[in-house]
Amino acid sequence: MKILVPCKRVPNPELKLKVAGGAVDLADTTWQVNPFDEYAVEAALRLTEKCKGGERSGEVVVVSIGPKDTATQLRQLLAMGADRAILVGGDDAALDADLVARILKALTEAEKPDLVLMGKQAVDGDDNQVGQILAGYLGWPQATFLSAITLAVDGKSAKVCREVDTGVEERRVRLPAVATVDLRIIGKKAVRNEALAGPEVEWEDTQRLASLKGIMAAKKKGLKEITLDSLGVKASLSVKTLRHDSPPARKAGIKVASVEDLVAKLHTEAKVI
Amino acid sequence: MAALVLLETTATQLRSASLPAVTAARELAKYHGGPVVGVVIGAGVAAAAADAARFVDTVVCMDHPGLAAALAETWAPLLARTLKETGGTALVASATALGKDILPRAAALLGAGMASDVVAVLGPKSFRRPTYAGNAITEVEVTTATVVCTARQTEFAPAAPAAGVGAVVNKDAGVLDALGSEFVALHATKSARPDLAEAKVVVSGGRGMKEAANFRVLEELTDLLGGALGASRAACDAGMVPNDLQVGQTGKVVAPELYIAVGLSGAIQHLAGMKSSKVIVAINKDPEAPIFQVADYGLVATWEAALPQLIAGIKKLKST
Repeated sequence: MKILVPCKRVPNPELKLKVAGGAVDLADTTWQVNPFDEYAVEAALRLTEKCKGGERSGEVVVVSIGPKDTATQLRQLLAMGADRAILVGGDDAALDADLVARILKALTEAEKPDLVLMGKQAVDGDDNQVGQILAGYLGWPQATFLSAITLAVDGKSAKVCREVDTGVEERRVRLPAVATVDLRIIGKKAVRNEALAGPEVEWEDTQRLASLKGIMAAKKKGLKEITLDSLGVKASLSVKTLRHDSPPARKAGIKVASVEDLVAKLHTEAKVI
Repeated sequence: MAALVLLETTATQLRSASLPAVTAARELAKYHGGPVVGVVIGAGVAAAAADAARFVDTVVCMDHPGLAAALAETWAPLLARTLKETGGTALVASATALGKDILPRAAALLGAGMASDVVAVLGPKSFRRPTYAGNAITEVEVTTATVVCTARQTEFAPAAPAAGVGAVVNKDAGVLDALGSEFVALHATKSARPDLAEAKVVVSGGRGMKEAANFRVLEELTDLLGGALGASRAACDAGMVPNDLQVGQTGKVVAPELYIAVGLSGAIQHLAGMKSSKVIVAINKDPEAPIFQVADYGLVATWEAALPQLIAGIKKLKST
């Protein structure tokens, strides 16, 4: 089982976003792996393991698109346990979902994975498009917003649970496929490769941290840097970002002293009850 | 040229979740200088197509037993084909789980740029949309000849029926290839309450509710107000309520008349899903909780103390 996991670096979502003059100022931010993509890496590792940290079978290749610094995030994913990394040189601000999907299509055709597994959206652009576009370009099946995945024993299909508006939808997909993950994919019983692990397998309900041993091992793992040109991909955009502004601020509210006060205000002032 | 809108239906009716997309399609149709064409796809949806025709100029309906499940593998090519056949230049759907799943694939098949979760149509190809968990509002312009977008349900008013009823054109779905994808089952969360995205009142609980059993008192408040129940990611992750109740950047986006947040701190990711609500009430024992920064009315109190009083107070109000 070979799994390709595209990972985007994003500005730390816990830091206050600076928006001024029609632009987002990221000069002072710290960068990290998009949380959904990190969960995809965790899920990919689980699909190649008998149990946590146990015997492995298969390969997890992480790929990112960004400036040279992005190697820091890729090294972190290698330290978690990914086998090798590919960094496609690019400018964070000059990417759109379509360009990312075209880059990933070229890489998928070169790497020939059984599964492309990625986060459902990046928490900066909030597009939620790349996996679906990639599947469309490849002519592959797609399985989006996964909260669970079980690989069939023959490695040719997967049973998935998708988070939809009314509950959870179960589907079967043929591999190779593109799958995008939601938060619940790192649940204790969410991921299993039937060829490696029995139904009793249980994981920690969080993604693994890089161990010291993992960090040392990551230094020796392959991190290949390539260019758009070498992939034969043209850096054109189908969606241009014109400007960023701060959202309108809510006017300051008040604190009420008691429940009686709250009920009275909701009734006579806000008129909502 | 025509603006197409993907319409979600039951067997007999247009789903109200698609009405905001109809509004967005009408706005786009003005810029694109053509009619609004609704697209209904499914199995046994003739009655639904007729119902949907009240809202658009034409409905193109593709009814086939193989289309019962909304698989992007079969639906996206039909959307792309319909757009080409009707001379469409814009394609829109509501940003539901279905719309978010299928439209990007249709965009890929059309070679079209797509804007996700738009909150305003600014021109034939330009939109306003939230990014960075709603901490920025971004203006984007699609550069391709065809434009694809999903519309955030809370930001476009539900469309009213059009002046006349549109024609329904039935099209053969042709040869379907699901590429081996197969719908198995939907494990729906049973609820008699209104849909979260459409409810006038939403009552949400956070980590401070501590355990699932404590949500019963929130449910009582919710039902008293005829609202929908929501939750923070922390409460969903802790297994207190099902995941489809999650409100936030990666959950559902709501904008009710009244949003009551209880025992919920108000992480940025949660605020992204509810801060367009008209009136926000926060009940939290921590006076420093970020939820108070967006609340119109804040009450520093434990839910254990406040909720029984609040329920009693509202009951008293309703009885007078």
